[in-house]
Amino acid sequence: MSVPAHSRASGNPEPRTASPLVRGRTDHVVTIASVALVADPAGALYWPELGLLAVADLHLEKGSSFAARGQLLPPYDTAETLQRLARLIAHYAPRCVVALGDSFHDGGGPARLDNEGRDNLRALQRGRDWIWLIGNHDPEPAVDIGGMFEAVLAIGALTLRHLPSGAAGEIAGHLHPVARVAHRGRAVSRRCFAADSSRMVMPAFGAFTGGLNIRDAAFCDLFGTLKFTAHMLGEDRLYAFAAKRCLPG
Amino acid sequence: MEPATAIDRDQAAPLLPDLFARWFTGRGWAPRPHQLELLAKARAGRSTLLIAPTGGGKTLAGFLPTLVELYQAAAPAGRLVSTGRELRRSHGLHTLYISPLKALAVDIARNLEIPVREMGLKVRLETRTGDTPASKRQRQRRYPPDILLTTPEQLALLLASADAPYLFDTLRRVVLDELHSLVTSKRGDLLSLGLARLFALAPGLATVGLSATVAEPDDLARFLVPQPLAGTARADIVMAQAGAQPLVTMLDTEAHLPWAGHSARHALGEIYALIKGHKTTLIFVNTRSQAEFLFQELWGANDDNLAIALHHGSLDVAQRRKVEDAMAAGKLRAVVCTSSLDLGVDWGDVDLVVNVGAPKGCSRLMQRIGRSNHRLDEPSEAVLVPANRFEVLECRAAIDAVADNAQDTPPLRTGALDVLAQHILGRAVGAPFLSDELYAEVRAAAPYATLARADFDAAVDFVATGGYALKAYERFAKIRQDTRPGKDGRWRITHPRVAQRYRMNVGTIVEADMLKVRLVRSRASGAVIPRGGRLLGEVEEYFIETLTQGDTFVFAGEILKYEALVEDEVYVSRSTATDPKVPAYEGGKFPLSTYLAARVRAILAQRETWYGLSDQVREWLEIQQWRSLLPAPGDLLVETFPRAAKYYLVCYPFEGRLAHQTLGMLLTRRLERARQRPLGFVANEYALAGWGLGDLGLRIARGELSLAELFDEDMLGDDLEAWLAESALMKRTFRNCAIIAGLIEKRFPGEEKSRRQLTISTDLVYDVLRKHQADHVLLRAARADATSGLLDIKRLGEMLSRIKGRIVHKALDHVSPLSVPVLLEIGRETVYGEASDTLLAEAADELVKEAMQ
Repeated sequence: MSVPAHSRASGNPEPRTASPLVRGRTDHVVTIASVALVADPAGALYWPELGLLAVADLHLEKGSSFAARGQLLPPYDTAETLQRLARLIAHYAPRCVVALGDSFHDGGGPARLDNEGRDNLRALQRGRDWIWLIGNHDPEPAVDIGGMFEAVLAIGALTLRHLPSGAAGEIAGHLHPVARVAHRGRAVSRRCFAADSSRMVMPAFGAFTGGLNIRDAAFCDLFGTLKFTAHMLGEDRLYAFAAKRCLPG
Repeated sequence: MEPATAIDRDQAAPLLPDLFARWFTGRGWAPRPHQLELLAKARAGRSTLLIAPTGGGKTLAGFLPTLVELYQAAAPAGRLVSTGRELRRSHGLHTLYISPLKALAVDIARNLEIPVREMGLKVRLETRTGDTPASKRQRQRRYPPDILLTTPEQLALLLASADAPYLFDTLRRVVLDELHSLVTSKRGDLLSLGLARLFALAPGLATVGLSATVAEPDDLARFLVPQPLAGTARADIVMAQAGAQPLVTMLDTEAHLPWAGHSARHALGEIYALIKGHKTTLIFVNTRSQAEFLFQELWGANDDNLAIALHHGSLDVAQRRKVEDAMAAGKLRAVVCTSSLDLGVDWGDVDLVVNVGAPKGCSRLMQRIGRSNHRLDEPSEAVLVPANRFEVLECRAAIDAVADNAQDTPPLRTGALDVLAQHILGRAVGAPFLSDELYAEVRAAAPYATLARADFDAAVDFVATGGYALKAYERFAKIRQDTRPGKDGRWRITHPRVAQRYRMNVGTIVEADMLKVRLVRSRASGAVIPRGGRLLGEVEEYFIETLTQGDTFVFAGEILKYEALVEDEVYVSRSTATDPKVPAYEGGKFPLSTYLAARVRAILAQRETWYGLSDQVREWLEIQQWRSLLPAPGDLLVETFPRAAKYYLVCYPFEGRLAHQTLGMLLTRRLERARQRPLGFVANEYALAGWGLGDLGLRIARGELSLAELFDEDMLGDDLEAWLAESALMKRTFRNCAIIAGLIEKRFPGEEKSRRQLTISTDLVYDVLRKHQADHVLLRAARADATSGLLDIKRLGEMLSRIKGRIVHKALDHVSPLSVPVLLEIGRETVYGEASDTLLAEAADELVKEAMQ
C-alpha cells in the first residue's frame, strides 16, 4: 500500500501533533530521511504529522506457542503487551496504528487468542485505522482480529515493513535490537532503536521478546558500517549511544 | 539419641567373618571400632550415620556390612534374567552407593575392588554416571550388579524408569558418601526425594550416611530414615575416634600486610618456602580467579622448577583428571585449588595444607585441613595465610574455633518447591501416581517433612499445566489425571515426549551460562580463525561479554588473548601481555559463617585476646580505638565522615558480602527518599560503605535523620519488595528455579542448535509473572532461595533485629582505620594485574596516610 504523506482518513480522532513536554520529559526525536519521528521509551514510534503510531514484533501468544510445544510459559504475555499498547494509544490518540509484522508469534496465534484479548484488541482498534504488516512469523492474513493486512506500507519518504533491506527511508522490525553499554565495570543491556539518518530498526515490543545485540553482523550488514546510533530504552527517556561505543555480546 | 559406645572386641569378633579378619591381618590392619560398630548396626537392621574425619577408613566402614552380607548370603538361588545374550542368575541389586562427585564414585569402585579381589568375593560392582554408555546402562537395569556406585542425578533417572520397582525391590542398603556436603544444596533435596521413593520400593532398606563432623548430627541423622507423620525419626549415630588435634598456625608475614585485596601476593615467597619445605602441599583459595592469580605468581617465582599444578571447577575435566592422577602418583609438589578439591579422592601423601585468604567457616576449614595426612595418630599440619588485615582477625577466630572443636555447618534445608516439581514429573514418567500416595511418600523425606498439602498440590498443578490462575493450558498438559468413572484418578504423562524431555533436563545444578574456551593460533589480521584447537575449560558468558577482541585475560594458568566468539565457543590464543584481566568468577564465594563472624566481633571488642594478632594488626586496631572506637560484640558501629567533597557512611555488620549487598541496595533506596543523594556503595565480608552528596553526619547531629529508623527492620517490607522487582540477583535466582522446575528447558531432544537461539529470557518471564500472578509457585520457590542464597535476606533480617537499639554512631572528620579496607574496594571491581595494582597501591597509600595521621 502506498499513500501520500498528507492524506488522512476523516472521522478519526485528532492526533497529538505538538511535541512539548510530555510526562515531564522532552520527546526524543529521531529524524529519518528528513522526517521527524518521536521515539517513545516504551519502544514505539510516533509520526506526529500523520498521527501514526508504529510498533514492531508484538509476538502475541508467544507464551501459548511455547506451551503447545511443551514449555508452559505464563499465559499472560498477550494481556501484558496489549496493556502497554493501550497506554500508548491513550497517550498519543493516533489516527492510525501500524504493527510492523511478527504481531503473532505463529500462524495459530490469532486462533488461540482468548475472548478477553480479542475484546481488548477490538477496543484499541475502534475509531482508528489499524494495519497489520505481515512478518515471517505471521505471513498469512488472519481472520477475526480486525485491521487491514499489507506487506509493505510506503508513506511519503518512508517505507514501513517487517524485514529490513537497508533501503533509504526504511522503518523495519524483525531484528529485535538490543544494545549493551559498560560503565564503571558494570554493563547495562536494553532494547533500542537502531538508526542512522536514513533508516531505522525498531525494538521488539512484545512482553516475551528477547533481543539481538546491535554489534551482531546483521546490523553491520544493514547499516554498512558501525556508524549508527542505538537509542536505548530507559525508564522514562531514551539514551543515545554510538554503536561503536556499545559492547558486543 | 543414645551416645554411641565402642563395642567390645570379643563381642564384635563374630561380626567379622574369618575371611575378613584374615584379610585385615594380612594387610597389617586391625578393624577400627567404628567399622565393627557399623557391622553390628547392620546386623540389627539399623540405619546409621557415621561421623568420621577423613582418613578414618570411612568408606570401607560403609561397605563392610554389604561385603559381609553378600559373602554370607552365598545362596545359589536368585532369579533367572537375560543379559541380552544369555540367561544368568541374579540376586538383584544389593547396595546402592551415592556420591556427590562422579569421579569419586569411579575412584571408590576402584578402591573397593581391592578387598573384593583379595578376599576372592563373588561380588559384582559397577559404576553408573553420565559417562556410562547407553548399552551398559540398559544392561544394568536388566542384569543389575550387586553394588552400583552412582550420583543423585543418576538415581533420579533410574527411579523415573518403568523398571524401577524390579530393579530396587531387592535393594538392602544405600551408602551415602560425603553426606554433610550433599545435604546443603538442592541436590540434597533431590536425593532425599529419591531416597523416599526407595524406602517405598524396598521397605527393608537400611541406609548408611558417611559424613565429616557437623554442628547438628541429630538433624543430619533424620535425612537417613523415613520421617513419620508426627514427630521425627533418626538413624543411629556412630562417631569414629577423632584423629590427633591438627597443628594450625597463621603465617606471620615479614612483609607489609595489605589493607585490602585477596591476592596474598605479599606472602608469595613465604608460601613458596613452605612448598619447598614439604613433600606435597595443597593450597586452597576461595575463588577460581584467586587460584589463577596465585598459580601465575607461583609459577613466576618457581626458581627450582617444582611441579606445581592448578585445579578448579572451570578447567576442562580431562585437565583436572590429569592433575588428580599426577597427585595420586605423588608427582606433584603442590596444587593450587578451590573447593573443587574440598571433596574427593584421598591422597595419603599430602603433608601440608595452606589456606590462602579467609577461612569463612571453621567446619569448612577443618575439612580442608583433613585433606592432609591421613594417618590418624599424627596431626595434620596447616598454615593459614591471611591476604589482608581483616582476614587476620578471621584466621585467628578460625584457629581458636578449631582448637575448641566448634562446628558451623549450615542447618538442614527445607526442601525446595522447584526440586519437588522436578521429582513429581519424574514420578509420573516412572509410573502413574496417586496424589495422596505421593504426598505421603514425599513427606517421608526429611527436608519435606513439613510440606503443606496446598504446596504439594500447587507443585502438581505446576507440573501439569504450569500452575496458572488463568487456566489456559489444559490442552497442553504434561501430566493429566484420569478421573473418568471407573478410573483410579492417577496422574500420568500425556505423551512419551514428556518423558524424553524430563530425562534430558534432570538435575539441580544450574551453571551460569558458560562458554567453552578453545586455544587457537593467533590470527594474522583479517585471516580466518583456525578451528578446533585444544579445549581449556569454560568461562562465564558475562565475563566474555565485557571483552573486546585483543583483550587479554588469565585462564587455565595461561595469559590468553581473546580472538573471537564463534557460536558458544570462545577462541583464544597465547599472549605475552603483562597486565591481563582475571575472570571475575562467581564460583566458590562462600559467605563468612555467622559463628566465625561472632568470634571476630568478640576479638575486636576484647583487647586481651589480641595477643594472637601480629604487631601490624594490633597497631591498626589501637589507632582505630583512639580515632573512632571498636564496637562491643552486640553493637553495630556506624561511622560518618566527609572525604573529597563526598560524605561517607560505613557500618560493620560482619554478615558476609551477600547480606551486605542487599543491605546496601535497601539503604540506598531509603537514603534517596531522605534526599541524601546517595551515589554508590561497596560491600565486603565485614563492612558496607556508602557515599553521597548529602552530609549524613550533620543531618544525624541535627536530629533530622535517625539511624535507628534508617536501619529499621521494616526495610524488609516495601523497600525489599520494590527492589526485588528489578534485582538482577533475584532474576538469576528465579532463572535457576525455572530451569530446575522444568519451566525452561535447557536441552531439547533432536535439536542441537545453540542454546542462545532456543531459550527465552527468564527475566521477561519473571517480570510478566510477578505482575500477573505474584503468588505463583515458582516465585515462591525463588523467594525461598533468595532468603538464604544470593540475597541472604534471612541473615540480614537477623542482623537488623540483633542491632535494634544497639547502633553506635561516630561522626568523624576523616576516614577511620577500620574503614580503609572496605573503601579500598571502591573501583577495584575485578581487574588485577600490574597496572591496576599500581593504581590501587597509590590509592591505598593516600587513604592510609590520611587515616593514620
